[in-house]
Amino acid sequence: MDEGTPRPLERVVTDRDAESITRVEELAYDLRIAEVMSRDAKFVVTDMKMGDVLELFRQLRISGSPVLDGDKLVGIVSMEDLIRCLRDDELDAPVSKYMTTTLITVRSTDSVIEALKLFVNTRVGRLPVVAEDGKLIGILTKGDITRGLLRALQQDYQTEEIRKYRASHLFEDIESDRTSLILRYNIKQGDFTRGGTASSHIKRALVRLGASPLIARRCGIAIYEAEMNLIIHTTNGGVIRVEIEPHQITIDVTDTGPGIKDIDEAMRPGYSTATEAIRELGFGAGMGLVNISRCVDQMKLESVFGQGTRLRMRMFLKPEDTFGEGPTSGKDTAHEPATNH
Amino acid sequence: MNLQQIIDALNLTILTEKKDFSLIEPASGYTSDLLSCVMAGAAKQGIWVTLQSHGNIVAVAALLDLCAIIITEDAKPDAATISKANEEGIIMLATSEKSFSVCGQLWSLGLRGG
Repeated sequence: MDEGTPRPLERVVTDRDAESITRVEELAYDLRIAEVMSRDAKFVVTDMKMGDVLELFRQLRISGSPVLDGDKLVGIVSMEDLIRCLRDDELDAPVSKYMTTTLITVRSTDSVIEALKLFVNTRVGRLPVVAEDGKLIGILTKGDITRGLLRALQQDYQTEEIRKYRASHLFEDIESDRTSLILRYNIKQGDFTRGGTASSHIKRALVRLGASPLIARRCGIAIYEAEMNLIIHTTNGGVIRVEIEPHQITIDVTDTGPGIKDIDEAMRPGYSTATEAIRELGFGAGMGLVNISRCVDQMKLESVFGQGTRLRMRMFLKPEDTFGEGPTSGKDTAHEPATNH
Repeated sequence: MNLQQIIDALNLTILTEKKDFSLIEPASGYTSDLLSCVMAGAAKQGIWVTLQSHGNIVAVAALLDLCAIIITEDAKPDAATISKANEEGIIMLATSEKSFSVCGQLWSLGLRGG
């Protein structure tokens, strides 16, 4: 940066701040000024008359411009300078007399956040963008930054759409007699802070694979309850295994103990063995297994006290809900008519 | 009735990122502090009134596609919970009032159970 540039206030990002940084802020750090600036920067030269500058601003509907001497950036002339010139009634004076020579510039390789800091700290309306060698290569306004950020956000959105599109074709593109996708999640006992992470990830995966929102929601709820059960009630945590097939979703949740003493009792709404501390967190309503049975089409709970528990859940997908178009892969299911699209 | 009107009427503190709340129309309301009951009872796009403030409420709200959580009686979620809510696009609002009174006000604004 040129001399005379006020040092932007350094922003120290603590871990806590970093956690709450939004996607837009993240983009402001990621995006380079070169990606958002206007490249066809209009400029004026030092010996141009202020009257001509006025005319140029009016024609181009701009309110400021860099001033060049040869190919060297020497100043900025803005509406404010023009007003001073009009006040002095000196429209014949050269630009060099009225331009602002305190230059605040940014480099094209800087991140957009640097420019945002300068806009906030200096109140300038535009920043000349210079290359490594100091030559003017563009101009940057807040409007350019807004447009650049919006463009980047749109790209983000499209990337997610493409991801969804690709994933939803997974089952169509792979030929086999029976194709399935298996997702596994290891759940730690007592890990409340990550509670719900596996179920959220599974729900997202199902949506990306093209599951209907209702199916994704029902699976999400059932798996959440099972996930929390592993966190709250097991000795060593457990494993969630989700097998996704075009026509059905099978969820297996296993752990190595302590096991359930009386399964009928455990299935009774309101029955819970959760401790008082767990209940204070809002768990242990005794509704988990009941919720699961409402959300899935089939549920089988097996447990040997002292050894462990296995919960198997299944969702059958109606023809309109199936993943991809796999008439061949539906043939082994006895529960649902084979899909035919 | 949109969320901005609710925020104004109930004088709620916004804990998560600001956005154009006037574009969000909550479909219904639900209250409970038992997460499994919420799982069973709260409808999509609803507002959930609770005094729970730990990280798991975000997972519950995200799985249910709820639009906002109103945390009552000045319970304060920690920074990790708030950033998780921002990540999942869940709006968290807070008030010093009790759940009962919040529900009463939401009801008189026209919001009903889902």
